[in-house]
Amino acid sequence: MVEKTFNITSSDGVHARPATVLVQNAGKYESDINLHYKEKAVNLKSIMGIMSLGIPAGADVKITAEGSDEQEAIDHMATTMKNEGLGE
Amino acid sequence: MTQLQGIAASSGIAIAKVYRLEAPDLSYNKTKVDNPDQEIKRLHDALDISKQELEKIKAHTKKSLGDEHAEIFSAHLLVLSDPELIKPIEDKIKADNVNSEAALDETANMFIDMFKGMDNEYMRERAADIQDVTKRVMAHLLNVTFPDPALINEEVVIVADDLTPSDTAQLNKEFVKGFTTDIGGRTSHSAIMARSLEIPAVVGTKEITSKADKDVMIIVDGIDGDVIIDPSSDEISKYEQKQQDFEKKKQEWAKFKDEPTITSDGQHVELAANIGTPEDIAGVLNNGGEGVGLYRTEFLYMGKNQLPTEEEQYDAYSSVLKQMGEKPVVVRTLDIGGDKELDYLDLPEEMNPFLGYRAIRLCLERDDIFRVQLRALLRASVHGNLKIMFPMIATLEEFRQAKVILDEEKQKLVDEGQEVAESFEVGMMVEIPATAVIARQFAKEVDFFSIGTNDLIQYTMAADRMNERVSYLYQPYNPAILSLINNVIEAAHAEGKWAGMCGEMAGDEIAIPILLGLGLDEFSMSATSILPARTQIKDLSKKKLASFKDEILSKGTSEEVVEFVKEKTNL
Repeated sequence: MVEKTFNITSSDGVHARPATVLVQNAGKYESDINLHYKEKAVNLKSIMGIMSLGIPAGADVKITAEGSDEQEAIDHMATTMKNEGLGE
Repeated sequence: MTQLQGIAASSGIAIAKVYRLEAPDLSYNKTKVDNPDQEIKRLHDALDISKQELEKIKAHTKKSLGDEHAEIFSAHLLVLSDPELIKPIEDKIKADNVNSEAALDETANMFIDMFKGMDNEYMRERAADIQDVTKRVMAHLLNVTFPDPALINEEVVIVADDLTPSDTAQLNKEFVKGFTTDIGGRTSHSAIMARSLEIPAVVGTKEITSKADKDVMIIVDGIDGDVIIDPSSDEISKYEQKQQDFEKKKQEWAKFKDEPTITSDGQHVELAANIGTPEDIAGVLNNGGEGVGLYRTEFLYMGKNQLPTEEEQYDAYSSVLKQMGEKPVVVRTLDIGGDKELDYLDLPEEMNPFLGYRAIRLCLERDDIFRVQLRALLRASVHGNLKIMFPMIATLEEFRQAKVILDEEKQKLVDEGQEVAESFEVGMMVEIPATAVIARQFAKEVDFFSIGTNDLIQYTMAADRMNERVSYLYQPYNPAILSLINNVIEAAHAEGKWAGMCGEMAGDEIAIPILLGLGLDEFSMSATSILPARTQIKDLSKKKLASFKDEILSKGTSEEVVEFVKEKTNL
């Protein structure tokens, strides 16, 4: 399993548009990919899961990936977070 | 053949089959299923076809309204593929042996309740998205048609009780030839959208949905407000002729699109448009608008659960200003209260809402709301030619107070290091007779006047414009109204200021010659009225019309005025 932490810099937190892109990209991988915020973890392939966390600006989150393509998956998630202006 | 009379909301003639846009019955029975695997397959079939439809809607929206509007459908598509939604539905079907309808409804409701319970407004709105998409799937499970204006692929006329803004936004002009509704007026949202999309429309027919059956031929005459259901072949050819004549006229008008509005004696007046949203600008420019004479900012505040943020407003105002470039944009500050309610403000109900707590009266007391709007406007001011206008001013003190607040916000922004335009005009609406009477005093302090005729008429005639029994008193050409208008224009000119008019009267073919003669500088109307007005004005001599002024103002009745104008201008 691999993991990366991020600080959410987008002033709107994790809102629909970037969340949509994250889910679309996560769906391309075999690995289980999860998003952790506070005590909760949700499936990053689930738009409703992500939205249900209601992650605000400034939050610290963690993404984990586990499976055959976990390294590619997590790298792609990191670039997506950056490209979408969500955080680094 | 059945004929109905409604309100002509958007001009043009449409002749096509009826397409009834109505919410289908989505009630279902919860039943036990014998073969859960087969039931799950049925669920997936419904999901797949829903996704295909959403893809089409998304592609269509992207083409007609741009990427930003299409984005929402990407999110909707992800909801339908969401393992966290689909898996629990499948589990429910397997574990409880229930049908897909029940499993879908119960699971979706769990999510909807969860989102509704969140303390974040944005998240609460997502509940509506989930509701939207699950309804579509439910319709496919039940084998009922879920009407989608965007998916229409043959020529139709839409018949509906009313159209929502999103319904109207999805209309494909290639196939939707026109629409007609039970409710609505010339200024209702669907009517405004119809004019900006340039689709013929008749609204407020009261009973079209109970008269027009699916697939029957129907004629919508958006010029005169008639709707004819199941017309005879004679009727059809008569209206085909009318349609051709109208198209020909439109081509005539189009020649004047990029020309200034000049009278036959070489005088320039400005023809501007009334808008409600940034999306309306395309229509303004396509119709040769020389500016925006009234940007109604209420739409930003309506149809939501909370006040729009400063950023939201800044984005909307900047978008309008940028699109208009050098051309003037008159933004009216919030005119809410009275008949235009906002649930989330929790305003007390009033006996006489039109005479009550609304517009600037509300803004001066709730300056927390007012200041946010002014900040957004001031920040947007660097993007174009902004003019700010305060609605429902009754006294000079009100105007001064509003201006003080505006200046305070400007100073604050400057102190924060934000960029604000160095100078911009600040004016007021003239809707209350008291201000028209002493317009001379106001003219010394305002940069411009814009006459709001609907309200000015109802206040001057003491006739509620919503009350049909006194609708005969709605008299734009009454000499009393014309005198007040004259007073305002003279006052403005005496102080070197300009006077405009926003309201249906400014685009009216009888009113135009009168107003031109009175010296009105700016006429603001529906975008689609601009070219006909410009064509009419080309043939009018301002000087000659001005010479009729005293005679018109000395007429005794509205009818005498109309008769005189018709005779003098060959209307």
